Amino acid sequence: MPDKPSGLVQGTLDMLILKTLQLEAMHGYGIAMRIEQISKGVFQVNPGSLFPAFRRLERAGWLMSEWRDTENNRRAKYYLLTAQGRKQLKGETREWARQAAAIARILEVES
Amino acid sequence: MSLLRNLAGGLRGLFRKEQVEREMDEELRGYLDATVKEKMRRGMNRDEALRAARIEMGGAESLKEQIRAVSWESVIETLWQDLKFGLRLLRFNTSFAAAAILSLALGIGANTAIFQLLDAVRLRTLPVKSPQELARIAIDHRTDASGHFTSRYSDLTYAMWEQIRSQQQGFSNIFAWGPTHFNLSPAGEVHIVQGLWVSGEFFQTLGVEPALGSLLLPSDDQHECASAGAILSYSYWQREYGGQRDVLGRKLTISRHPFPIIGVAAPDFYGVEVGRSFDVVVPLCTEPVIDGDDSQLKSRIGWWLAAMGRLKPGWSVERAAAQLRAISPGIFQAALPAEFNVSNAKQFLQYKLGASPAGSGISDLRHQFEDPLWLLLALAGLVLLIASANLANLLLARASARKKEMGMRMAMGASRARLMRQLLAESLLLAIIGAAFGALLARNVSQMLVASLSTQHDPLFVDMGMDWRVLGFTTALALLTCILFGVAPALRATGVAPGAVLMESGRGATQGRSRFGLRRILVVSQIALSLTLLVGALLFARSLNNLAKLDPGFRRDGILVADIDFTARHLPNEARVAFSDELLRRVRAILGVDAAATAAIVPLSGDGMAHDVLMGDTGEPEGDTPVAAFNYVSPDFFETLQTPFLAGRDFDEHDRAGAPNVAIVNESFIKKLAVGKDPLAMTFRVRRMNRTSAPYQIIGVVKDTKYIDLREELWPVVYTPRAQNENPATDAQILIRSRAPLASLLSAIKTMASQADPDADITFSSFHQMIDDGLLRDRLMARLSGFFGVLAALLSAIGLYGVISYMVERRRNEIGIRMALGAGQQSIIRLVLRETSLLLVIGLVTGVALALATAKAAASMLFDLKPTDLLTYLLAALSLSAVAVLASFLPAHRAARLDPMVALRNE
Repeated sequence: MPDKPSGLVQGTLDMLILKTLQLEAMHGYGIAMRIEQISKGVFQVNPGSLFPAFRRLERAGWLMSEWRDTENNRRAKYYLLTAQGRKQLKGETREWARQAAAIARILEVES
Repeated sequence: MSLLRNLAGGLRGLFRKEQVEREMDEELRGYLDATVKEKMRRGMNRDEALRAARIEMGGAESLKEQIRAVSWESVIETLWQDLKFGLRLLRFNTSFAAAAILSLALGIGANTAIFQLLDAVRLRTLPVKSPQELARIAIDHRTDASGHFTSRYSDLTYAMWEQIRSQQQGFSNIFAWGPTHFNLSPAGEVHIVQGLWVSGEFFQTLGVEPALGSLLLPSDDQHECASAGAILSYSYWQREYGGQRDVLGRKLTISRHPFPIIGVAAPDFYGVEVGRSFDVVVPLCTEPVIDGDDSQLKSRIGWWLAAMGRLKPGWSVERAAAQLRAISPGIFQAALPAEFNVSNAKQFLQYKLGASPAGSGISDLRHQFEDPLWLLLALAGLVLLIASANLANLLLARASARKKEMGMRMAMGASRARLMRQLLAESLLLAIIGAAFGALLARNVSQMLVASLSTQHDPLFVDMGMDWRVLGFTTALALLTCILFGVAPALRATGVAPGAVLMESGRGATQGRSRFGLRRILVVSQIALSLTLLVGALLFARSLNNLAKLDPGFRRDGILVADIDFTARHLPNEARVAFSDELLRRVRAILGVDAAATAAIVPLSGDGMAHDVLMGDTGEPEGDTPVAAFNYVSPDFFETLQTPFLAGRDFDEHDRAGAPNVAIVNESFIKKLAVGKDPLAMTFRVRRMNRTSAPYQIIGVVKDTKYIDLREELWPVVYTPRAQNENPATDAQILIRSRAPLASLLSAIKTMASQADPDADITFSSFHQMIDDGLLRDRLMARLSGFFGVLAALLSAIGLYGVISYMVERRRNEIGIRMALGAGQQSIIRLVLRETSLLLVIGLVTGVALALATAKAAASMLFDLKPTDLLTYLLAALSLSAVAVLASFLPAHRAARLDPMVALRNE
């Protein structure tokens, strides 16, 4: 069985998905690829966490979905950010930056 | 917003399920395709790419399950699926389902029934306006008091009530009331109904509305009221008048005095006493009219009232109580009866009034039945535990049988949690069905319980509607049992490695010793709990038997009590004795009557009177004055009840008024008050309040007898001749010993009485029945605990049977080999029974320890029996062992008849 993402990873994954969709609507595979590419392979998103996350974010009202044709003329489910989703992303980014800075400070002091 | 969207998405998932599923499939397929394409682009061939992509994706079904699990509707959906699936399984397995549901229904039903009674008697509030504002006003810590006590709630005298009403400050409204019996018959045989005396503020204070007409007002309850009206209860109106509206203004005859009916109380109002209801209410001021010379209202030593009040806004019960305490000295000084002697008065003046919350009404049943009911609830809880253990055992057996199914489903991608959920849903289904049947059963059982506690003279009324407490209790019980019997088997069934199970070919290679251990522990605890219940049952049965076999000092059987009331003749004191003697003479003349006598107090009827006894002819005693119980009896009283004389003689015709005072005393009197002297040479005087009698000469000593009830310590009892009673009652209680058939005896007495006095009221009761009514609580405990004990033993036997059968099944090969090697049937049976004995012995030892620890709770309810009674424990252990051996003999026998060839070939 695939591992369940832990709390932190789950929250992070949500944020990464929202970030990926900030510029344009994408389908599931596209999102997975984009995250992998941009993180230079640090994050490999497996479908077992990706799709439940889509369903969760959709239910939370941060994502919408619609069926569109892909560049290869196949139908795929595209995900878009809602207005609420943008707000959420902004909030999460700010929070993340704050925490990351704090952690970085702590680590500097230690070393 | 998002909540709305979530809801909408969920509903779509529920109702447009196919579309949602199709879209999910398509999306996942698209993802897979894209992955494959990407891998091929990097140089894999198509098959390799597909394989790698699939491994990356994981199991498709498992993935979909994870996606579905995110949304709330899937919980409902899977629960629904699980319940449907569970129902189907139960249908395939009817005998299992029936056994499970029946044992649960019995267990939950018994618990709910007893809880329902407890709820009704103890927990529920009165169905009146803002019951939490009500408080009962009574004397704090009253020990002994002197006077006449004529009601179940003899808290106050009328004089005290008048003082309290005018001086209290904590209550906006306050009322007094007292329960009584009314004779509504205009003539002849009495028609007794449950009556209430109430002060005029009763209905107003409680906020009760009339269903018809109007209710009593303070203006209806004035001194010397001549023509007060009566109020009927709703149920009496329905019962006796068929709910006719023209009942208003009709006349009701109470003790031959007419009362117009002025109203009917609201349907749900049964009074302020939980456990009883009323039929007719009249104001306090009518009491002197109805009771005539025996009026309690006019007597300052008549204790017959209880009082309740509604607190003023802002007043707490404590504050009201403090105010009552502060005004107590003045109240008791003003209400001090002139009849009291110095010590009576001293005690009376030290009383302090208090108040206690009365929102749930008042009830003497609480005092009498609360402990037994809690105890019974505990016993019923044990039965439910045993039933749960049985179910757990059955489910464990099924768990091993379904191990393959579970392994298969896990391999297909079902998570362990998901499977647990399904198994628990099945258990929940059983629990719910069991609880539903149990609740149905409980309704009938609790009605039956109330009926068994009612007597003809004292009918109980318990309002036993379902309320949230009972409902919550039953639901909680169902969930609890479900967890008790469902969780362990579900854990066990799903705790498998799918690969291992699927690879196994034969049966049960994984059923190691530890797996079987849990089932044994269950059976052992069942035996232990059953033993505890059986010990309880036997203790109560033996205690009841002790009471039934107890020699009360007189005979119980074949004695009829006829109470002939001639109040309507209005005879003066002197003529009353003569008339009752005449009635007695006529009864004795009836054919078939062996002996008859009159008595002021019928033994064990619950009535009694006690006075101070001063030994010797003169002088005051030093220290405490001894108290003795009294009775006025006619000659032949001891002959009728067959109480033997130890010395001296019976009363005779010469012991009349005016002749020297004489008395017959019992053994205890001699033992306690006249040790080592010749009793027949002794005299004593009787002090009734402030009047001390002339000396009584003891002329006889009789064997000890019980006086008020069977459980009491023996009292010193003084019998004096009825003819020397200064205040004879206006009725004759005649005890009749006869061999004549009851029907002809009754009609002969009725004919005789109506010839002697056409206006006489006659009430018959059987002496034996009366004594039995005093043993209600003991009989209830003996019956119910007996029922629980038998049920527990039965359930444990089933459990044991199951485990032993299972063991025999598991050891088939071994048994086959043993037989092939020449073991006889006897030795195989011994082999199996050895297993039983082991479980039994461990269970019994644990059970004895458990019973010893818990039986103390019953100690106060037992008569002449210690809770550690050895014989009881032996009997319980023996009968349980017999049942256990019987239950395991069947599988043992089956094992012994095994064909070794068949058993071995099966491997």
